[in-house]
Amino acid sequence: MSVLVGTDTRLCVSGITGSEGSFHSLNNRAYGTNVVSGVTPGKGGQDVEGIPVFNTFHAAVEASEANTAMIFVPPPFAADSILEAADAGIETIIAITEGIPAHEELRVYTQIKRMPGVRLIGPNCPGVLSPGKANVGIIPASFFKEGNVGVMSRSGTLTYQIGNELAQKGFGNSSIVGLGGDPIPGTSFVDVLELFENDDQTELIVMSGEIGGDAEEVAAEYIAEHVTKPVVGYIAGFTAPPGKTMGHAGAIVSGSKGTAAAKAEALEAKGVRVGRTPTQVAEIAIEILGG
Amino acid sequence: MAAAEQIGYPCVVKAQVKIGGRGKAGGVKVAANADEAREHAEAILGMDIKGFTVYELWIEEASEIEAEYYAAIVFDRSARAALVMLSTQGGMDIEQVSEENPDAIATLHVDPLLGFQPFEARRLAFDAGIDADLIRPIGDFLTRLYETFIAEEAMLVEVNPVIITPERKVRALDSKVTLDENALFRHKENAALRDPSDEDPQEQMARDRGLTYVKLDGDIGILGNGAGLVMSTLDVVAQYGGSPANFLDAGGGSKADAITSAVEVICSNEKVKAVLFNIFGGITRCDEVANGLIEAFASAKPSVPFVVRLDGTNDVEGRKILADANLPGVYTASTMNDAAEKVVALAKGESL
Repeated sequence: MSVLVGTDTRLCVSGITGSEGSFHSLNNRAYGTNVVSGVTPGKGGQDVEGIPVFNTFHAAVEASEANTAMIFVPPPFAADSILEAADAGIETIIAITEGIPAHEELRVYTQIKRMPGVRLIGPNCPGVLSPGKANVGIIPASFFKEGNVGVMSRSGTLTYQIGNELAQKGFGNSSIVGLGGDPIPGTSFVDVLELFENDDQTELIVMSGEIGGDAEEVAAEYIAEHVTKPVVGYIAGFTAPPGKTMGHAGAIVSGSKGTAAAKAEALEAKGVRVGRTPTQVAEIAIEILGG
Repeated sequence: MAAAEQIGYPCVVKAQVKIGGRGKAGGVKVAANADEAREHAEAILGMDIKGFTVYELWIEEASEIEAEYYAAIVFDRSARAALVMLSTQGGMDIEQVSEENPDAIATLHVDPLLGFQPFEARRLAFDAGIDADLIRPIGDFLTRLYETFIAEEAMLVEVNPVIITPERKVRALDSKVTLDENALFRHKENAALRDPSDEDPQEQMARDRGLTYVKLDGDIGILGNGAGLVMSTLDVVAQYGGSPANFLDAGGGSKADAITSAVEVICSNEKVKAVLFNIFGGITRCDEVANGLIEAFASAKPSVPFVVRLDGTNDVEGRKILADANLPGVYTASTMNDAAEKVVALAKGESL
């Protein structure tokens, strides 16, 4: 198996007629993802290289039986699009859009959590790739092959860096999950740890965190209680000064809270090995898997 | 002085700076008459408060104070809800109160979809030990504060002190507000409040060019694509004994003009002795980065050495373009660690 996206995925893309939206939708389809429909209000009836476009998510779901949504619309419209997808019955919503205002993100998060069976990944994330099965988002799939390492990360390019080092040593991935760099991600490390723990294909979990918030600390507690598979950690931002947003809206050390050192300590205190460079993460993973 | 004359005496002369603790630093003074007002204004203008120079003053009517409270609402990302705080121990040392006696601050999380309810305001006021006659006025005050927090899409609104006058009126004497950068597009009036005078020149230049840049103390300029990778690059450079001069994320689709802009911003910092380009191409194509770098060298003519690591999408083409161009002072590296080691050596003046 794999997690979140796979051979059962039936994808509907919000913003499919935009230049970025169409480019990545077609890329995902070329990889083998079953892209069944798209949504652009006012462009219902058109198609993007054969992918039918609908005015609303409700119409798209009814006609194409989509179960997964990718959100590719600009920030002022993205929260609304996520809520529309959820209301139309989509189960897995993957939001790529960066720059959604924090208050809107909080309201959307709260609403989605109250809808049983609906899961939001992102926003501000690169998507989810299950090598050999499906790619939803902007992860460059050619670097990754099928295997037994599950990866979850708050950063896109850092994921590619770590994944690539593993691939060079011959290891592949069950799924690569981009959680996104925003302050209120729809899905947290803990949520994905649970999925990987229950996924047969996954034998080792790589967790790539960064400064800001306390998701890594919460994950450390969860790992100690509930995860039997080995977890290797990485934290970016040891040299980040307090009070500065480091690219991602959520990557900020507030006062003495959310530092990389505190996160690495929290993980190590629960027996999780933390690599100090992306290369070291790959080395530890290979050591554990016996490469 | 016109403001002081209009308000009358006694009045209060306050330094307007974007940092707390100005009262302790001598940035707030009461003036009984025009001479004192002038004297205080002259003393406070130009004063340095924790690295912030005072360019503006705020003059207000002096208030008679019976009690000083503290009220704040913060966007609490860990709890995924707004956190409302109220304390009867307001005034200058609220940070100390929160550390030494956290129970003196009553707190409550608000349901983001329901909003702040009157019963919550009452509960918070009772929990904080507010006098019975002030429960309703303080509750109204907190409700208005929450409305402001929501309407302006703030990450923090803090009023310290909230004062109680001898007539038992509630008034806000000073406040601090932090706004959400991502929401500024629909708050034009707030966006206009940005004061370029207290921003770093490179950070300002980067903002004008749509780049994400953070100035740091060191001498190694850094550029990468993706926030996480750049943060990681800073860490790896530090592990090899170097000191990064900046964080610069050239973003997802790093196009040639973005690279040129980035080189100009990085090199305008005179402390920079060497520059590291760390690119792992996903959406970003390494051949475009290489072409961008060649253009940047043609227009910006940097005088410091560069180490370039290109990996990922079109990396072979990108490396070939760089090799063919044979730019002066440009070194290539195959891995992130190798690149960090090389740039640290170059910044120390060693030759490769």
